[in-house]
Amino acid sequence: MKFTLGWLKDHLQTDAPLDEIVTKLTAIGLEVDSVEDRGAALVAFTVAEVLTAEQHPDADRLRVCKVKSADGEHQVVCGAPNARAGMKGVFAPVGAYVPGIDVKLKKAKIRGVESHGMLCSEREMGMSDEHDGIIELPSEAEIGMPFAEFAGLNDPVIDIELTPNRPDCTGVRGIARDLAAAGLGTLKRFAAGEPVAGTYDSPVTWDIAADGNASSFVVGRHFKDITNGPSPKWLADRLTAIGLRPISALVDITNYVTMDLGRPLHVFDAGKLEGGTLTMRRAVAGETLAALDGRDYKLDETMSVIGDAGQALAIGGIMGGEDTGCQPETTDVFLEVALFGPVAVATTGRKLNLISDARYRFERGIDPQSALWGAEVAARLITEICGGEVSSTVCAGALPPAREPIRLRGSRVASLGGIEVELEQQKDILTNLGFEVTSDAGDITAVPPGWRMDIEGEADLVEEVVRIHGLEKVAPVSLPRTTSLSQTAITLGQKRAGLVKRALAVNGLNEAVTWSFGSAVLADLFGGVTKDLRLENPISADLDVMRPSILPGLLTAAARNIDRGQTDPAIFELGPQYRDATNGGQQLVAAGVRLGRMELPHWSQGPRNVDAIDAKGDAMVALAAAGAPIDNLQTTADAPSWYHPGRSGTLRLGSNILASFGELHPKILRQLDIRPPAVAFEVFIENVPQPRAKKGKGGGATRRMLHLAALQPVNRDFAFVVKRDVAAATVLRAAASSLKGGGKAEISDVRLFDIYEGKGIGEDQKSLAISVVLQPGKETLTDKDLEALSAQIVDAVTKATGGTLRA
Amino acid sequence: MDMKEIDGLRDDLVAQIADADLAVLEELRVRALGKKGAITQAMKGLGGADPEARKSLGQALNQAKGDISDAIDLRRTVLEDAGLEEQLAEEKIDVTLPARGASQGRLHPITQTLDECIAIFGEMGFTVAEGPDIEDDFHNFTALNIPAEHPARQMHDTFYLPANENGERPVLRTHTSPVQIRTMENSQPPIRVIAPGRTYRCDSDATHTPMFHQIEALVVDETTHLGHLKGCIIDFVRAFFDIPDLGVRFRPSYFPFTEPSMEVDIACDRSGGAMVIGQGNDWLEIMGSGMVHRNVLSAGGIDPDRYQGFAFGMGIDRIAMLKYGIPDLRTFFEADLRWLRHYGFVPLDVPSMVRGLSS
Repeated sequence: MKFTLGWLKDHLQTDAPLDEIVTKLTAIGLEVDSVEDRGAALVAFTVAEVLTAEQHPDADRLRVCKVKSADGEHQVVCGAPNARAGMKGVFAPVGAYVPGIDVKLKKAKIRGVESHGMLCSEREMGMSDEHDGIIELPSEAEIGMPFAEFAGLNDPVIDIELTPNRPDCTGVRGIARDLAAAGLGTLKRFAAGEPVAGTYDSPVTWDIAADGNASSFVVGRHFKDITNGPSPKWLADRLTAIGLRPISALVDITNYVTMDLGRPLHVFDAGKLEGGTLTMRRAVAGETLAALDGRDYKLDETMSVIGDAGQALAIGGIMGGEDTGCQPETTDVFLEVALFGPVAVATTGRKLNLISDARYRFERGIDPQSALWGAEVAARLITEICGGEVSSTVCAGALPPAREPIRLRGSRVASLGGIEVELEQQKDILTNLGFEVTSDAGDITAVPPGWRMDIEGEADLVEEVVRIHGLEKVAPVSLPRTTSLSQTAITLGQKRAGLVKRALAVNGLNEAVTWSFGSAVLADLFGGVTKDLRLENPISADLDVMRPSILPGLLTAAARNIDRGQTDPAIFELGPQYRDATNGGQQLVAAGVRLGRMELPHWSQGPRNVDAIDAKGDAMVALAAAGAPIDNLQTTADAPSWYHPGRSGTLRLGSNILASFGELHPKILRQLDIRPPAVAFEVFIENVPQPRAKKGKGGGATRRMLHLAALQPVNRDFAFVVKRDVAAATVLRAAASSLKGGGKAEISDVRLFDIYEGKGIGEDQKSLAISVVLQPGKETLTDKDLEALSAQIVDAVTKATGGTLRA
Repeated sequence: MDMKEIDGLRDDLVAQIADADLAVLEELRVRALGKKGAITQAMKGLGGADPEARKSLGQALNQAKGDISDAIDLRRTVLEDAGLEEQLAEEKIDVTLPARGASQGRLHPITQTLDECIAIFGEMGFTVAEGPDIEDDFHNFTALNIPAEHPARQMHDTFYLPANENGERPVLRTHTSPVQIRTMENSQPPIRVIAPGRTYRCDSDATHTPMFHQIEALVVDETTHLGHLKGCIIDFVRAFFDIPDLGVRFRPSYFPFTEPSMEVDIACDRSGGAMVIGQGNDWLEIMGSGMVHRNVLSAGGIDPDRYQGFAFGMGIDRIAMLKYGIPDLRTFFEADLRWLRHYGFVPLDVPSMVRGLSS
């Protein structure tokens, strides 16, 4: 919402300087976006007269002018075709900065003739693109007058960002009222709304159809014998200042009242109306209207229009039609001042994708009384500016009932707003904002003014009082502590998620955050999504479904990194993926990818490519951080379809799947244009079992008693030859569980330290070498004991695997 | 052997020992102290001497034996030390070789910033609440006092999913505020929660991404007023930015879910080209806030005549950009490794008020 300081002062009697006004506007919730002092850039430019203009001796297109300004005469070489003796123009002396061409003027010699300054075009002034000649000013312009003052540009333009709850401030008067209430001056009397007597009966009348259209009340007046010429300068300057192009007096008057008072108006060319009645009605489906913005709109039955006997003439509350718009030759017009429902206007405007100054105001809620005074304001301006006669008022419908009073408890500003404000002061603030205020027993009763449709309850009144009294006066109070010490702020799940992130980063992966949505094409490679996860209005075609897996986003990001020369990317993300659109369909997953090499070439060892077991390691690091019982996990070779079927697996506790890992399927990599090797993991951290509730002292933190074995453990190595398809885990598990409890020793560790295939071993066989740590119980193990224990281990493994001890 | 011979033998051997290498040293030891060595033999021969002489000669021989033995030990130590030194010199390596250190990854600034927020709000008694990204219309809008045709709903650029069997179109939550409603539905005052998470708006340009992160705070009890809102926010921003005198400005504004409503600005200085937070006469908007609207309390199943409170919300990405000087929001979601390594955080730096936030 833009206005000028001078315009504001039409309504506000104040001596406050611009800075103070600007600060106060922001302080009361009318945030100032910018203040543009258009005159500031033009301070060096003044009105001057061209005394003589003679042909340049050496250039056909140049003239040598003698220019008279406030400080004497200057010789100026000018190239403008319209430069001539006797004209008045805009002069910039030597030393002036010319904004349109970004030049500071210096004394110059142009083709041998000295030039002291410049006669300027609009483009050079930075005012427009006009550069056909220098600016010509009317002869009454006074030599030496600052050009900004002459052009009405010395009035600063203030632009405020209006929140949707302030319909009153869509007009300059509402802004003035707020400032006056906040102590920055006095709101001037609203003289413009006083009645203007009509001299004849309007030949056009109103009807509001009982079809549920958006209009509840409308006022009209007829004008005859008017002259719709250009607007007077003050009016044109005002509109220009806020970025509106002056068109004709009638159009400009409606725009002016819209901006000045927040009251949209419309004026029909009465000569073009069919029949004597204008009707507020619903549109007929398929009805069209050529609107004033030059576009054709196809209407439907949910929209409200103003029609005559023949057709729709305007879209109610939004825009008039081109056919009945006012032209320069128009002499008779009919004024419409209506009330339209905010929701209906907003809905229609959105459907038609049509934004207008009228819609902006109607959808925020307009003061119902403005239908009455708006007609008077318009009558006064039209007859003053365009002459002619005005009819008496016609209307249809009814004004809404009076607003209900709202009670403001005397203590409420303090108990909600956190500040004590004297009751009298509260009443003054509300009164100054236009509320009808009474009080009894220390409480206030306030009827909101018609222009404050946003005021609904007590809290709104508290806001008004605090806002105008000064939000900055509310003293900050730190939140009182409810416990003497800080308490745990996060849930177990949140704690686990945090630990998983930090563990994966420690393990060498960088944390990425990628979109929760992705392309349906990629999603299909990773399990796909059901229809309910397809966005209805995606921001782009490749972000059109909620992701069923984090991996496509990570792989795309990894590939992008490789394209940028970042080889061997290792990235992870902990975030949501989606099974369906229900609340339970969102799953928290830690996923990661590694591409290229796991070990870079190093002087101590060669490079090594990533493999599925690296991904398994990442998954296990994540699961350990999440508190999963790592030692009990089973690994099975049944990962989802996007993994390499022979080089991938699942980490699980029985049927509870905690993670998938492995090399990615070559087909998927091809589709993503990624060169292998590429491995990935997905850890379903919500599937990690909850810890069992611990009992006992110390908040359940007590650990099981540790008994340190007194005797030295003993190492024994074994190699088993087994069929190639025997899982290493079978060997390790058989060895680890080979000794019964309570015997002479327990197995404290089993480690696979070598895998051998090839010479000396059968074709479809392999040798697995394991190292077993035996922890003696009560006595040191004798050679005989060791022999017996070793035999038990070998027995267990060979039995479980069908293999043999390697000779 | 008489005394003189004994002394001569000892002096001769000690002199030879002083120059001997390890092999010669062993030879000399055998020659003097071995079974057939001169000293050993001489001691054996003492039996034939008279008691007086035996005593004095015996003493002299013992003395010589001791001296020789000491000389041998001394020489051996010297030789062994020298040998070790030589060996160590040969074992020298190039210690400037690059180490084998495994590379460590970095945490995304969003993670670290969120953990900082939790550390600060945790000290103020807040706990962390969460809600789903795919929301229903009620929790995202209606319960937050944004009816269907409210102009505020148009400001939200909502992503929609297809209508479900009830004919309702789920939305991607446009803010974290629905978690306020879910929290109120599932608990009774006093409430102090923060709700961080992903949020979505159908908007993409230099300063907007279709997905971003917000953090929401909600306090509901019987006495919390606007002064507490100011205090809580001021305490937070000063702790977060680690600027004890950071200027904070509250401006009246409008949100459908709060009344009164305020936007919060922090002081900054843009005069030097780059923006510096904390000083200067300029202001930077960082969050929206207000006293919870009674309609919102009612929608959450809380008696608005008895309870009141405040709520505020801000962009996690945004405050991360401001604190850490990250210029472009879009880069947060590009997963560029150069960016992650530069703006990311070492994983063992866990923010805490008592151990210090990140810097």
